[in-house]
Amino acid sequence: SYSSLPCLNEEGQTFVLPLVGKLKKQISADPTLCPEYPSSLGLAEFTKRATEFALGKNSLALMENRVFGIQTIGCTGAVRLGAELLKHWYNTRAAWCGPVYLSSPCDGNIFEAAGIQDIHYYFYWDAKQRDVCVEKLLADLEQAPEQSVVVLSASAHCPTGADLSEQHWALIIQLMMRRRLFPFILLPVQGLCCGDLQRDAWPVQHCASQGMELLCAQSFSHCFGLYGDGVGNLLCVLKQSSLLSAVQSQADRLVRALWARPSVGGARVVATVLSNPEEVKHIVERCMLIRERLRERLRLLGSPGCWDHLIKQRGLYCCTGLNGQQVEFLSKRRHVYLLPNGCLNVSAINSSNLDYIAESIHLALTSAL
Amino acid sequence: LALAMSIFSEVPQAPPVAVFKLTADFREDSHPQKVNLGVGAYRTDDSQPWVLPVVKKVERLIVEDSSLNHEYLPILGLPEFRSAASKVALGEDSAAIKDNRVGGVQALGGTGALRIGAEFLRRWYNGVNNTATPVYVSAPTWENHNAVFADAGFKDIRPYHYWDAAKRGLDLSGFLDDLEKAPEHSIFVLHACAHNPTGTDPSQDEWKKIAEIMKRRNLFVFFDSAYQGFASGSLEKDAWAIRFFVSEGFELLVAQSFSKNFGLYNERVGNLTVVARDNENLTRILSQMEKIVRTTWSNPPSQGARIVGKTLNCPELFAEWKDNVKTMADRVLLMRDQLKAKLQALGTPGTWDHITQQIGMFSFTGLNPKQVEFMIKEKHVYLMASGRINMCGLTTKNIDYVAQSIHEAVTKVQ
Repeated sequence: SYSSLPCLNEEGQTFVLPLVGKLKKQISADPTLCPEYPSSLGLAEFTKRATEFALGKNSLALMENRVFGIQTIGCTGAVRLGAELLKHWYNTRAAWCGPVYLSSPCDGNIFEAAGIQDIHYYFYWDAKQRDVCVEKLLADLEQAPEQSVVVLSASAHCPTGADLSEQHWALIIQLMMRRRLFPFILLPVQGLCCGDLQRDAWPVQHCASQGMELLCAQSFSHCFGLYGDGVGNLLCVLKQSSLLSAVQSQADRLVRALWARPSVGGARVVATVLSNPEEVKHIVERCMLIRERLRERLRLLGSPGCWDHLIKQRGLYCCTGLNGQQVEFLSKRRHVYLLPNGCLNVSAINSSNLDYIAESIHLALTSAL
Repeated sequence: LALAMSIFSEVPQAPPVAVFKLTADFREDSHPQKVNLGVGAYRTDDSQPWVLPVVKKVERLIVEDSSLNHEYLPILGLPEFRSAASKVALGEDSAAIKDNRVGGVQALGGTGALRIGAEFLRRWYNGVNNTATPVYVSAPTWENHNAVFADAGFKDIRPYHYWDAAKRGLDLSGFLDDLEKAPEHSIFVLHACAHNPTGTDPSQDEWKKIAEIMKRRNLFVFFDSAYQGFASGSLEKDAWAIRFFVSEGFELLVAQSFSKNFGLYNERVGNLTVVARDNENLTRILSQMEKIVRTTWSNPPSQGARIVGKTLNCPELFAEWKDNVKTMADRVLLMRDQLKAKLQALGTPGTWDHITQQIGMFSFTGLNPKQVEFMIKEKHVYLMASGRINMCGLTTKNIDYVAQSIHEAVTKVQ
């Protein structure tokens, strides 16, 4: 699933940035803001900032006017719109129907919903090593037919939390260019990995700087605690500015038959907050701290195995490596709920439940199941 | 650098949406007396958008309420919004609701509700993934109906007779004939009230005839309800057709929009009401709806649903809302009366009864394309090529000018 788990603070409540709360009040009191239909492409101020954040203000693609952004309903909406755009308009002559390559674990349901049946998975998470296996990933992509679409997570891979390094990215992108594969990059929790909004977007910027066309699905729900107002952006980088108008007009047409236009509330807040990224650093620091403390707890309990992967991974999610039986044990006996594949939401852990959770994991690993 | 061709090199420019192009042209026009009778949004007598007083009140309540969390809504949406929205459509005393066979799916406006309903029907109605099931939309209809059902996968979208241009009213016999001839299990998209774009609704007797054939021929009922309360000023009256069909035992879908009657155009508040045969069916249907929503927007936005939910569930706020809605409906009715009266006073050729017989935001004036062109180019009065006007664009300040313009168009241009 894409960014479906919210970020909690110490009291177990969603972290609502104080600035966001203040902005919402200001917006509600502003008499000049009128309730009119926004454009189907969304709030211009938001898409501009969101796009700049992904590509960097000085991006050549931006300066050459071959980029557009469309505000969507969260990351899911962005992926769905991107999938529809590809289904309808990717290489119109060939009536393209896929294939789309996704990392395993990850689900292709959104692409299927858009009518793309030809879905494949490339190797990503090595359960034994508890890390990404780049060699196998590259080998799989080498086999992908030309013009395949490859879905990649720029950071905070869902659900493992395991990310690719810059060296890995460089290799992958080189391969994709050589084999003419089309990148569809997911950027669901930008800024939550290392507190540096720009660094998370490095893969997107690198693809663009290599002259590639790409789609990028961004979500700002996590960054700003705006879960109830799913704010996303579908970014499209084209090879030529002459294509911008036509492709954007077709994307617009697709939006109008999906949800007509997005809701503005959250976008207004995000557009303003994007000028104040310091707030985001708090969430990032907290997640890193929790990961370190959990690893330390497990070490003290004498839990079997190596838990370094907990601090190697970044973002809100963490793939523990627990198997199905152990996950079931946790939910049934300890009421600790992980995703079926053993991934957990780091931000749901706080000082009150850390001990219990560490103990539970320890029991899951050591009890005879 | 990669020099390969763009994968998008053959993508054609999509035509602009007519109604938005009209508004864009209007904006660029510097004529002092210009009037925009195009886009479908409510305007006050000062030509301003109107934030309903009850909405402003509820928005402040929500913002001040620090106990509200900002979590993702469940996939199907805010529960208190969904149930209240379905209740508004089906009525307080709805037997179907009491039988626990009614459910709602919160959606992104009326469009979102239509799309989720269309996706569900394409997957699960009349077989599995039967994209060949004919979908009938009225001639004319809201132009987005076609795109929504086509993008949901339906291959066979057809018009049913509706507007009789000669008599400027409902082509009932054509409509009934299409119902008789449609293949069994065809889907019919019906406008619950205030038909867009004609403003012409079937009478209760006419609805009864429509329902009789649809039941006999196993045709599927999909209501589009974007104007409840806004059309007549009465929620009950505007929902009569929906409630009648439900009382006749139809399983049906209703795509509801709260954009117009709450003035919440930019919050995207809609609800897909499902009326199923029984609770067991409802449960299974909703489980499939959830899967569809999960791959479309995953979690709907909360703000608008909170406003509407809070308003509908609180008796004082509900009463205040009904009052606000009546204010809007009454202004439209006043403009209808005045426009007809002025055209009659001017002695404009033709009959103008249809202006007061039609209902809701829109009126099909009967002006032909040449006359429309005259209105836009010579008089700077912007309306759709079909002759459709948005009554909300009329005000006490501009109605004389508009009436005069129509008079000239009709007398000078054939």
